[in-house]
Formats: sequence, C-alpha cells, structure tokens
Amino acid sequence: MRSDKTVSAPLGLKIAAAGGLLFLHLPLLLIFLYAFTTEEKSYQFPPPGLTLKWFAVTWERPDVWQALWLSVRVASISTIIALVLGTLCAAAVSQTRFFGRETISLLVILPIALPGIITGIALRSAFSLADIPFSFWTIVLGHATFCIVVVYNNAVARFRRVSGSLMEASMDLGANGFQTFRYIILPNIGTALLAGGMLAFALSFDEVIVTTFTGGQQSTLPIWMLQELIRPRQRPVTNVVAMVVVIVTFLPILGAYYLTRDGDQIAGSGK
Amino acid sequence: MLKTLSPHEGEITRATPEQAMTAAVLFENVSRHFGAVRAVDAVDLAVAEGEFFAMLGPSGSGKTTCLRLMAGFEQPTGGHIEIFGITAEGVPPYRRSVNTVFQDYALFPHLNILDNVAYGLMVKGVAREDRRRAAEDALAMVKLQGYGPRRPGQLSGGQRQRVALARALVNKPKVLLLDEPLGALDLKLREQMQEELKSLQKSLGITFVFVTHDQGEALSMADRIAVFNDGRIQQLGTPEEVYKQPRTRFVADFVGSSNILPPEFVARLGAAPQFASLRPEAIALGHGDSGKLVLDGTVLSRSFLGAANRVLVSVDGTRINVMSPAVAPVPAEGDPVKLSFDRADLHLMETAS
Repeated sequence: MRSDKTVSAPLGLKIAAAGGLLFLHLPLLLIFLYAFTTEEKSYQFPPPGLTLKWFAVTWERPDVWQALWLSVRVASISTIIALVLGTLCAAAVSQTRFFGRETISLLVILPIALPGIITGIALRSAFSLADIPFSFWTIVLGHATFCIVVVYNNAVARFRRVSGSLMEASMDLGANGFQTFRYIILPNIGTALLAGGMLAFALSFDEVIVTTFTGGQQSTLPIWMLQELIRPRQRPVTNVVAMVVVIVTFLPILGAYYLTRDGDQIAGSGK
Repeated sequence: MLKTLSPHEGEITRATPEQAMTAAVLFENVSRHFGAVRAVDAVDLAVAEGEFFAMLGPSGSGKTTCLRLMAGFEQPTGGHIEIFGITAEGVPPYRRSVNTVFQDYALFPHLNILDNVAYGLMVKGVAREDRRRAAEDALAMVKLQGYGPRRPGQLSGGQRQRVALARALVNKPKVLLLDEPLGALDLKLREQMQEELKSLQKSLGITFVFVTHDQGEALSMADRIAVFNDGRIQQLGTPEEVYKQPRTRFVADFVGSSNILPPEFVARLGAAPQFASLRPEAIALGHGDSGKLVLDGTVLSRSFLGAANRVLVSVDGTRINVMSPAVAPVPAEGDPVKLSFDRADLHLMETAS
C-alpha cells in the first residue's frame, strides 16, 4: 500500500485541497455561526453578539414543529414505500433473466438522473390530469420516485453478491419462497437495505423542488425555511433549524457509509 | 433399456423385478430444451431404491441438468418424471423428498455450522432442542463433532463438503443428489471421501444419485453408471459393463482410455468389419500364450507412469496404446515389437458414433 511512503504532497496541492474544503464547508460554518447571533434582521459580519436564545424561540414556534413533523412523516412513508418496491425490483432484476431486463434497470434509475424539476412538472401534470388533489400523499408519491432508486441501487449490488445456489439450497432443504426470503435473503441484504433506507430518508427530508410541485398548502421543513428567508422576522430561527436539518440528514448518511463499507466479502462464494 | 451381450446373466434377471418395483427416480422420455439447445433430450432411466447411481459425462452433456430436474430446480419441457411413484413435474423443490449436495456446497455464510445443518428442520418447524440434537448427530456422522459454533468461512474445503453432506442427510431424504461433490477437493482427500461416501450410502441405505465428470470416480463408487453425451444417455449399465463392453466410440473413449480400431483393421483380425474397442491394459508386449491374437508393430514412443509404462505402437500405420506393467521389460523407441491379446478383449461396438 501507499502508507509506507513518506513523500509528502507538494505545497500547491495542499493549498488547493485546503481551498476546496473551505469552499465546501465555510458556508456551512456561517450558517452555524448565525444561529447564535444577537442581530435578528440582517446577517452582518462579524455578529454583534452571541446568544443561545434562538434555540428557545425555535422550540416555542408551532410552525417549526408542524413543518418538522410533516417532513418526518413524508420521509418515513416514502422510505417504507421505497424499501418494499426497490427491494422487489432489485430481486427481479438480479435473480432472473428476462427480455428487456437492462432497459428496466435503466428506467428504474432514471428518476434520480432526471432534474428534479422535470420529475416535479411531470408528476404535477399527471396529478392534475387524474384530478388528484395535492396533499400529503402527493408529496409522498413524489419523494418515493427518487427514494426507490437509492434503495434499488443498494439492494441490487448486494443481491448480485448473494450466490444463486444459496437460494436453491434453501428451497432444497424445504423452505418456501417466504422462508427463503426471511432466513436467507434478508440477513444477507439487510445492511444494504438499512443503508439504502437511511439515504432515502435523508434525501426526502431535505427535498425542495419535487415538493414544491407536488405539495398543496403544507410546508415541509425545507419549504418552510425557504419561505422564512423572505420574511425579516426572527431570522436566526432559520439557522437553528438548518443546523438540525444538517444533523438529521448527516447522521443517516454517515451510518449508511459505515454499513456498506465493510460489506465487501461475497456472501456464499463457497470455496 | 439397452440390451448388451453381457455375460453377467444375473444383472439382466435382476433388472426385471426392479422394473416391477417402484423406482426411486424414473425418467420417461424426459427432455429439457433451452430454446434450440437440447440440454437433456429424450432420456429414459430408472434408479432403483438403495442404489448408488452415477451420471457420468463431459461438461455440457446434460448430467447436471438431469440432477436439477430431479431436485426440482428445472422443469422438463417434455416427458414424465416420478420420484418414488409420485409425479414430480410442477412440484417445487421444497415439496420433494430429495436433498442436494451442491458443487459449491452453498453453505449459508451468515449461519454457524449447527444452524446450517439444522436449517431444513428449522423451516419444517421442528422444536429447537430436537433439531439441535439431530444436527449434532448428523455432524458426528460426518466426523465433525464440536464444529457447530464455527462459521463456514472458518472451515477447509473438505470440512465444508462434510457439512453440506450432513445438512442434506439430516432431513432423511429418500434420494440424495450429489453434484460433483468431490470436484473441489485435492486427490488424497477425494479418494478418502469416495470411501466414506460409499460406506455412508451402504449404512444408510439411501438412494444416491451422483453427478461426476471423473470416470474413475464413477467406476469405483457406483452400482450403475449412465454415460451422458449431448443430452442423451449413451450407455447405462454396471461399471464392468460400461468399461468392458462400451456400446459406442464415445463411451469407449470417455470411460477409461481405449484403442478404437477402424472396421478394416478389425476385419483383418478375423472379426466383423465394425469399430472395435481394445483396452490398453488388455494388450501384452511379446508373443504371449498360444491362442492369443498377435500383431507386429514398431514402438513409436514410451512414457513411464509409475505403476506402468505406456507404450505407443504403430501396427501398419494404426496407433495402438499399450499399458505394460512397470515390472515388464520395455523396448526402446524404433524397436520392432509383438503385441498379444485375447480375442475376448476385442469388443465390437454396435454403433459407429
């Protein structure tokens, strides 16, 4: 490996790397900083003073709680739908051979490759045509389209590593399809599903574009933040909420990373 | 069933009551076609109860597909299959009284050895304590006492093979299917496992159906052998029949090695002008006793194989392999040599294929 090489990177490369990291993360730090400012009308630098009172103010605001609760519900239900459909889809594509298999695989992944605005417009027109009123459920459906992709991608990669003879062995030993799924497939793809589910939850939790097109009067947390930025009242409350969103979405992504990182051994390779 | 010119009359008379009895596995005109590929084509066979039955053939000959038809992983595109008198078409693998030992063992990597072996009993709803005891007994039977808490990844290839065997046998199948179970083992281990499998089969009395491409394995272990090629059975019989009276050139060549003599050569020996098989070990160097057929030839090459010397001799341009015991003197290359053999060892083949 490379670790025993003591040659350090040239200075220029170090500066470039540091610049890149600053560019990515400095704005995040600013968001965190202004959650503690005493000035509520505008963002002036440096902040005139630091305070913790915005956390208390945020806690007291019912509209924050409403938006947060809606976001959690939407993300949870979209993730559950995505877990079921994404796993089934991955099972079909990786375990069987049929005409058009590659095409279906591509079509499943497409929603995440398409710009969110296209997905949003398409869903909005479809809902209007079908006379479906915009509601909680239209948001969930919109989110499920891209959540499925995340679950599918994770599951299909793991399915490929579970050798087909494991399933045959299970059936041979007397297990029906359900038992084979419960006792053989699920334990082998479980961490991949958990990782896919966490990513799906995180994606749904901070989604703005598709929600804008498919939502009715409800505001999910990201939409609420967007509206709040326009209003000049109690601005640091938005920053407090932003911090919460960062933490809520970052933890699952970190978890997903650790869950899939160690899964490199091939389940059932036998020899 | 094919009729051979067998001197073993006992075999033929025994076959008749077997046919009246229920066969363990019965194939009637069974085919499995994948599009234009005829993996299995019009196969008839009857495996008797308690028999050690080998399906022998090169890769792609249809032997493994036949095994998968028995296990239920494949459905026939034509014909009829019975397992102990019960129609097997459309019956899923989990409702068949057969179990399989897979070529790659297919042990469940997330379960320990005891749970692997107990899996079949677990899905059938056997109580935890009972299935633990049964699994431990099965592990003891394959000489793996105390390996229960380990994971498949911590075992050697030979040990995994035994676990796979225990996992199948714990279900008390009526037929045990083995798909090249010894293929991944080294030579010494393979010979040892051949002995163990054979004695296990005798003591349990279970019907074994064994797929292999190793003719030596099939000859030494099986009660009867079906030799497959191109999706069809070329010959079905006892190891002796298949070895001594190969019906086709393919069988003569695949089972052991043989000298396949062309019709005109055979005619000169005073036999009917047909292809004939002559085993290298049936030929002796030198004049031999009176009453033997004798040929004059020239030594082309020789190689030392340990227990024997293989000598390649040209007789009027026809190449003949001779397997001569290592204790016998070996002529040098280019020397004239006499070959002798019994007329009975010259086996005429029925078909030219």
